[in-house]
Amino acid sequence: MQRFLIPLLCGTLFGAGLAMSGMTNTRVVLGFLDIAGAWNPALAFVMGGALLVTIPAFRVVLGQLTPLADEQFHLPTKQSLDAKLLGGAAIFGIGWGLYGYCPGPAIAALSGFNLEPLIFVLAMAAGVVAEKRLGK
Amino acid sequence: MSSDILMALMGGLLIGFVAVLMLLFLGRITGISGIFGAAITGASHSEWRWLFLAGLLIGPLLWHGLSGTDAPAPSEAGWLLTVGAGFLVGFGTRLGGGCTSGHGVCGIGRLSKRSIAATGVFMAAGIVTVFITRHLLS
Repeated sequence: MQRFLIPLLCGTLFGAGLAMSGMTNTRVVLGFLDIAGAWNPALAFVMGGALLVTIPAFRVVLGQLTPLADEQFHLPTKQSLDAKLLGGAAIFGIGWGLYGYCPGPAIAALSGFNLEPLIFVLAMAAGVVAEKRLGK
Repeated sequence: MSSDILMALMGGLLIGFVAVLMLLFLGRITGISGIFGAAITGASHSEWRWLFLAGLLIGPLLWHGLSGTDAPAPSEAGWLLTVGAGFLVGFGTRLGGGCTSGHGVCGIGRLSKRSIAATGVFMAAGIVTVFITRHLLS
């Protein structure tokens, strides 16, 4: 039961957090990235607030042997920097700066029943599939 | 403290709290591009992913309903730019193994060197992109 209720509850709280914070508003996001214009620094407090929680709490949680509702932690294992990581991040940043949605807010914005987020998320899905095909 | 900064901070704390719950209960990193990418490409045992994604749509409806605020209107960038930007976000986040949540909140939360580097790069790329579109091209 925990395995189903927890992700639904977490997704809901995460979506509320995105909406509350301004991350689903493309004007706020682009204003945050526009450091040479009328810079709006508010969104720095989203990542800052989240890290205030995750940095200390992850340390405690990862000190446990297993999570509460699974047999093991599922964590990335790569350690070193490589071209895929940095190139992918750069491509993502360009897309983010062009429209103002990163993946979470784009999906959350589907709840507004507007055409643009739907187009964005379908294109995002196509990008995911293209990357998977090329990676083979 | 102005109210939009306060709301950004509250939203950020809530997002961080969710990332901790996901790791504590499911042992999972709350990376939206990873959850979305695995779900749509047919990864096995994706029930939790679809439930999380469903919640992502419920959350904003609840928030805007309870707070009496309007959901922000999407950017009217034109369909070509919307498609191009969406494609780059999907392709880039999968190639780079994460997005704002997976690298920016969870990866830095684990003090991962890769995530710190990726976050620096996507923030810089976003800033440069906005500089070009807003200050050089227009």
